[in-house]
Amino acid sequence: MKQNDVLIRGEHLTKVFGYGKQKTTAVEDVSFAFHEGEIISIVGESGSGKTTLAKMIMGLLKESSGSIEYMGKPRQLKRHGDRKRYWKNIQAIFQDPFSSFNLFYKVEKLLLDCIKLQGVNLTKEEQLRKMKEACSFVNLKFEELHNKYPFELSGGQMQRLMIARIFMLHPKLLIADEPTSMVDACSRSTILDMLLKLRDENNMTIIFITHDVGLAYYVSDTLYIMEQGKVVERGPAEEVILNPQHPYTQQLISDVPKIHSEWDLA
Amino acid sequence: MNSSFRILIKSPKFMFGACMLLAMIGLILIYPLFNRNDPLEMIALAYQPPDSKLLLGSDNFGRDLFLELIYGIRTSLQVGLIAGVFATVIGLVIGLASGYIGGMIDNLLTAITNIFIVIPSFVILILISVSIDSRSSFVTAVIIGITSWPWTARAVRAQTSSLRNRDHVNIAKISGYSTPRIILSEILPYIASYVVMAFVLQTASGILSEASISMLGLGPYNTISLGIIMNWALVFEAPVAGAWWAFIPAAISIAIITFSLYMMNTGMDEIFNPKIRS
Repeated sequence: MKQNDVLIRGEHLTKVFGYGKQKTTAVEDVSFAFHEGEIISIVGESGSGKTTLAKMIMGLLKESSGSIEYMGKPRQLKRHGDRKRYWKNIQAIFQDPFSSFNLFYKVEKLLLDCIKLQGVNLTKEEQLRKMKEACSFVNLKFEELHNKYPFELSGGQMQRLMIARIFMLHPKLLIADEPTSMVDACSRSTILDMLLKLRDENNMTIIFITHDVGLAYYVSDTLYIMEQGKVVERGPAEEVILNPQHPYTQQLISDVPKIHSEWDLA
Repeated sequence: MNSSFRILIKSPKFMFGACMLLAMIGLILIYPLFNRNDPLEMIALAYQPPDSKLLLGSDNFGRDLFLELIYGIRTSLQVGLIAGVFATVIGLVIGLASGYIGGMIDNLLTAITNIFIVIPSFVILILISVSIDSRSSFVTAVIIGITSWPWTARAVRAQTSSLRNRDHVNIAKISGYSTPRIILSEILPYIASYVVMAFVLQTASGILSEASISMLGLGPYNTISLGIIMNWALVFEAPVAGAWWAFIPAAISIAIITFSLYMMNTGMDEIFNPKIRS
């Protein structure tokens, strides 16, 4: 595990939805420090607040209280320009590839937008070369895809395109919100391998959000276990899995069938 | 967009409604080219029954009712379209703002929308019409438009607030899209078919509302509309005189136009509404 500088740090993050009687606290007093090149898994059941936490880190939701520091400075998201700069370095892959695409535009536009976000002026040939490179990284053929609409692709192909998008953007931090839960088993391991490869090449920090403890153990350096909006246990993956302290963690692990033998084969 | 138009053409209901409407529009565009008389010119005695010269007879002032009907349909369609545009645009803007921004603004706009839904719009329509001195057909259309937007606003708000949380909107956000661009490219295409359908319905109900308030004598001055023809027939006691040709053709025209618009809407609904489609 590479323990370099802290990339992003959250202090006492809380997110409250609604008010009055309908008030729900989705995330309660969560603090974290994620380092460069680290793979962190946030594990928890549905409704434990892991996606809300991810959206706050992404800057898509405003935190009710607490603060987030990015590269040692409090992050600024007030102006559109600030957010754009932030999103050059913080990117995400979402759970459902089918809803991640705008059905009214061709696949090509997704990749062209990445070039636009980076703000570099490229000629047509250079753009084409970049897009081809990104597609071949995820084992897709740009020539076959660029003229298609998203609904003509399979879920696995869509999710791999989302990774191609990340490959083009080279963000410092990637938030992967259950990226494999809606694709078939074959695509699952390739997608995981691609993410790990991206980490190795770019020293990218990956926040992996999942409800699958086994998967989390397989990919990550650090584990955060969340229950009802709170982080109940955290630490190096080995330690948390092999020597769980909190009853919820113990229950999560015992619920996974044959975790060790399963993943040793992989 | 092109492909959905091609699917629409295959729907018999939509095509039936569209053909009927186009035939009507064709008639009102072409007939005045052959018969260049002024529809308000008195050319016969009062309540002449239909014959070979006057296709639908004459009204109480001895005017050619068929020519009046043609001009009346033209005005009614115009009023309906203008009212439809106003109602759809206002409903769309309020619905999008309320659904996309959310929070307090959503609560406020939803409250306003609900207030407008609760008060019968016909009452507002009558009150505004009475209080305005000069009423052209355009003013009447605008008044109808600003009293009939709430249902569009409510439906657009519901769809927008569910679309807003979809992942492709989040992807657009983190790809650095500005808010107007997200609404334009990520939200509007998804609700476009609904908006077109709402527009067709609003146009139909605009024509009906115009006919209703014109029959009460609160419609536009200085023009002929289907409602005004019916108003004249009522005021000058055509039913008593047995002059059915003074009001039945106008009523049937209103029925045909609204029926064709509703048919188009039903055809579109079957295609664009996935629940009915499957």
